[in-house]
Order: sequence, then C-alpha cells, then structure tokens
Amino acid sequence: MGLLARVPWGLVILAAAFFVPAVGSRFYVFLANDIVIWALFATSLNLLVGVTGLVSFGHAAYFGIGAYTTGLLMKKLAVPFLLAFPAAGLLAGGFALFFGFFCVRLTRIYFAMLTLAFAQIVWAICFKWNEVTGGEQGMPEIPYPDFDRIAALPLLGGWRTAEYFYFLTLIAVAVCLWLLRRIVGSPFGRMLTTIRENAERAEFIGVNVRRYELAAFVLAGAFAGLAGGLFGIFNRGVFPDFAYWTKSSEVLIMTLLGGMGTFYGPALGALVLILLNQQITSYTEYWPFVLGVILVVLLFVFPGGLAGAAQAAARRLGGARRA
Amino acid sequence: MPDPSFVFAQSLSGLTAAMFLFLIASGLSLIFGVLRVLNFAHGTFYMLGAYAAYQFVQWLGVGGGKFWLAALCAAMAIAALGGIVERLLFRHLYGKEELYQLLFTYALVLILSDGAKMIWGTQQKSVSRPPGLTGSSMLFGATIPHYNLFILLLGPAIALTVWFVLQRTRAGRFIRAAALDRETLGALGVNVNALYTWVFVIASFLGGLGGALISPMRATTPGMDTEIIVEAFVVVVIGGLGSFWGTFLGALIYGQVLSFGILFFPRFSIFAVFALMAGVLIIRPWGLLGRPLK
Repeated sequence: MGLLARVPWGLVILAAAFFVPAVGSRFYVFLANDIVIWALFATSLNLLVGVTGLVSFGHAAYFGIGAYTTGLLMKKLAVPFLLAFPAAGLLAGGFALFFGFFCVRLTRIYFAMLTLAFAQIVWAICFKWNEVTGGEQGMPEIPYPDFDRIAALPLLGGWRTAEYFYFLTLIAVAVCLWLLRRIVGSPFGRMLTTIRENAERAEFIGVNVRRYELAAFVLAGAFAGLAGGLFGIFNRGVFPDFAYWTKSSEVLIMTLLGGMGTFYGPALGALVLILLNQQITSYTEYWPFVLGVILVVLLFVFPGGLAGAAQAAARRLGGARRA
Repeated sequence: MPDPSFVFAQSLSGLTAAMFLFLIASGLSLIFGVLRVLNFAHGTFYMLGAYAAYQFVQWLGVGGGKFWLAALCAAMAIAALGGIVERLLFRHLYGKEELYQLLFTYALVLILSDGAKMIWGTQQKSVSRPPGLTGSSMLFGATIPHYNLFILLLGPAIALTVWFVLQRTRAGRFIRAAALDRETLGALGVNVNALYTWVFVIASFLGGLGGALISPMRATTPGMDTEIIVEAFVVVVIGGLGSFWGTFLGALIYGQVLSFGILFFPRFSIFAVFALMAGVLIIRPWGLLGRPLK
C-alpha cells in the first residue's frame, strides 16, 4: 500500500499515453485523444461541482466558447495554434467572469438554472449568428496546427498529423491538469472545499465566499475553454451543440461516474464513459438507453462514483488484511 | 409597421403556444413546488404523451370523438408511468443532494426517449385533426385554424380546473401544505409519501395531455423533449418556480416574446427568450409571481 501510494501515477499514465500511437492503430489514437480532452473538460467542471459544491448545468457554454474561439482564430484569421489555444482559455474565462458574477449571487437550484440560462444564450448566439459562427451548420474544416517544423526535427519526424496533434493535446492537458491539481491543493483550493462544506461558517471566519466562488467559476470556465479549443481541432469542426444543455449533462455524468470526491475521478469517468460508448455502440444503436441505465445504477448503488467505490474497496481490503 | 391582421394572427399563435407551454410547465412547477425537484424528464413525458396519442389513434381511429378518447388514454398512460417511476425509483432520492436528483431525472430522459425511439422509430408521426375542428375561420383578416381556437379555450379551462383542485379541494390543500412544510403535514397524520406520488401522477398527466393535444398540430419527433423542457424551464423561472399563476403568466409572456420576436428580430427570438430568463433570475430569482424560498 505504502509503495503503491509513492508511485507518481500521473506521470506513469502520461508516459504510457505517449506510447498509444506507437502500439495502437489510428482508431486508438483517435479514442485516446477524445478521452484526454474530455478528461480536462470533466476535471474543470469538478472544480465547481466537486471542490466548491456549485452545481453548474451550463458548463458546456465555456467549452463551446473555447471551441469557437480557437476555431475562428485558426480558420478565418490563420492565427497560429500557440496564440489561438490560450485565447480560448482567456475568452472562456472572460465570459465566465461576466456570467459568474451574476450566478454566484444565487444559490442551489437557482444557481443551476442561471448557469443553464447563460449556456442557452451562448448556444442561441452560436446557432443563429451565421456570419461569424456558421449558424446551425457550424464551422467545418478547422485546420490542424502546423507541425512541419517539429516534424523536421531529428527523432520527432515520421508521425501523422493526427498523431502530432495527439501528442500536443497530451502535453497541453497534462499541463492543465497539473495546474488544476496545484489549484485544488493550494490554500485557495482548501478554502473552496471549506465553502462547499459550510459556506456560512466560511463567511463567519471572514472569507468573501462570493469572490472565492467567482474565482472558481472563472478558473473552471477557462479550463473548459481550453478543452473546447482542443476539441474543435480534434473534431475537425465546431458546432452549436457544443454549448447545448445536453452537453453540460454529459460532462456532469462523466464527473459523477468517475467520482466527484477525488481529483482524478472525473478523468477516470471520461475514460470509462468514452470506452463504454465505443464498445456499446458497436453492439447497439441505443447507447443513450444504456447510458441512462448506467446512470441510474450509479446514482443508487455507487453515489461516490468509480473512484469512490475503488477507495471503499481498497479500505475494506486493507482492513481485512490487518484483521 | 406590419398590417394589423398579421399582428393579430401572430399574437394568437403566441397564445396557442402559451397554452401548451402552460400545460407542460404547470406540471413541472407543481413537482418543483411540492417535491423541490426540477424534473428534466417532464419534457419526455410530454413527448411520450404525443407518441401515445398517435398510438391510441392508430388503434381507435379518429372519427366520432375517438381522438378525445385517445388523448385521454394517452394522458392517463403517462400519468401511470409517472406514478410508477416515482414509486419505484424517485422516492429513494428525496433528501439527497440536488445533483443526484437532477441527474436521475436526466437518466430518465435518456432511457425513456431512447425507449420511444425503439418503439416508434425516428420517423415523425402525425395525427390528423379531430373531425369538427379541421377547418379554419377568418378573424380580423387572419386565417385561424379551429383546432387552435379550441386550444385557446381549453387552456384556460384546464388552468382553472387545476387551480380549483389545488385551492378548493381537500387533496389540493394537502398538496399546498406539503409544499410549505412536509414534516408538519406528516405529523398531522397525512400520508405524505402517497401524496408525493399523486403529485407526480397529476403532473405527468398534465405533461402527457399537453403532448397528446399537440400531436394534431405538430408532427411528433424524437428530440422534441429536450427542446420543450428548456422552454418549460424558462416559463417556470419567469413566472416563479412553484407558483401556479406565475406559470400561466410565464407561458403567456414566453409565447408573445417568441412570436413577436420572430416577427421583428427573426434571428434573435430564441436569444431574447433566454435573456429574459437570465434577467428574471438576476433581478428576481423567485420569479414574477413566486415567493422567495427559505
């Protein structure tokens, strides 16, 4: 147990993920890329839901804003990825600041409703503003970043563009997750957990609860925007349904499936859900039905998600060994 | 300035839309008011109501009042479904975190709407208008279908009926009491669990009825549930979550904003509706006619 805990699992998984293109087919690279991006999206949501205890039903808005930002910059203005990618985080964070300013004034169900309303506003704009967003048809053919210079370097040549993009995604997401981890572990992050546990008490000890919640909202929005920026390129197109409310519930399901109580739970949820989707859709077209059943089982049997169940199992095993 | 007959037709179509929205949103508001749960699956009950109406019409035919029988059967089937779901599953989530309740209702959306796809496929289903209401009349220079006029009369009638049940009957008094203080009501010897089931049944009946009645006007398609539920959220939020007449007002406002929005700013009418919702939440989170929650 002690030895297992000392292994830097994050780095091990990251290193293993780098080998996917070497050992797997194109399809596995595609799948792994999808998982990595959703892992970031779900982890960003967990900063709100799991860490701060704010249930957002409109997190897809920031994912969509990020996707449109990077997509527009790269496709229409030919801005290089290195600028277009951070711009996604900045703009999504900016919108999160504006929307969040109003949202954190509300509590519980009203908070969820207002996040939903703002997300639907974003969706409606993306859906209707044909000149800029391409409207209902979306914006296809987002270009990949330019990998020519990297491919020309010794030892780094010989991969397909999609594989270069996968490596790039891995690095970007690893950095983002590391940052998020630092944020959650910092005194600021601890204060967010205090607010989740008892906002009133946090207020009593002199914490400006709203300001902390707003900061968490902005950070979560910015990281969701970064995930969206990557996803638009990965998906080879940006569409209004990126910001539709059903997307928000999808990412909530991932977070819940993995377990909101742990840092890596949501990423695990993304992994499991995408793999399950891929497996089940090869048997039946009724994936939503299966997903619904999984969700019901999860809610009734494993409310702590997979990570929570694993922790409980480990505790029981550990207890059995000691006894 | 558009010509007056057009404005008249537009406002009437907004009113018709409002009647349907009211039917759906009132059930949503009732469940929220009493059970304190936002039921995402309510839109799916509405869609299932439309499919069930189609199915009953297939079995019974439309002639000689059979459409009305089909609509009633459909609404009752959905009410029964709501009751079963509440008894078997939903009941165990009361008192749990809101997130679990919301996601459970979302799981229902996934299961039920995919189930509908298994049964009725992805092709749209339409029901012909009941005989006697197939024609249309000229009113102030605008052509108004009779079925729409009928809905305009039926909507307020249903609203008054529900209001009467809530205000003037013993069961209605219990429901209102449960919305205020569940524990006290239980301590007074009322079976609150059964009451909750009945609230769910009534709400599902209203949703199913809305779906059944709209089936002759609009084709029933998969995906109509996720659309309508956000609209219903807008309505209850504007009017006030849990407020009955607030829901009616919210539906009227929504219908007019949407139909005149389409007239004047065709591109931004959906935007206007959600902006209205956000605005109400920011200024008066408990809605125009609602009361703040403790």
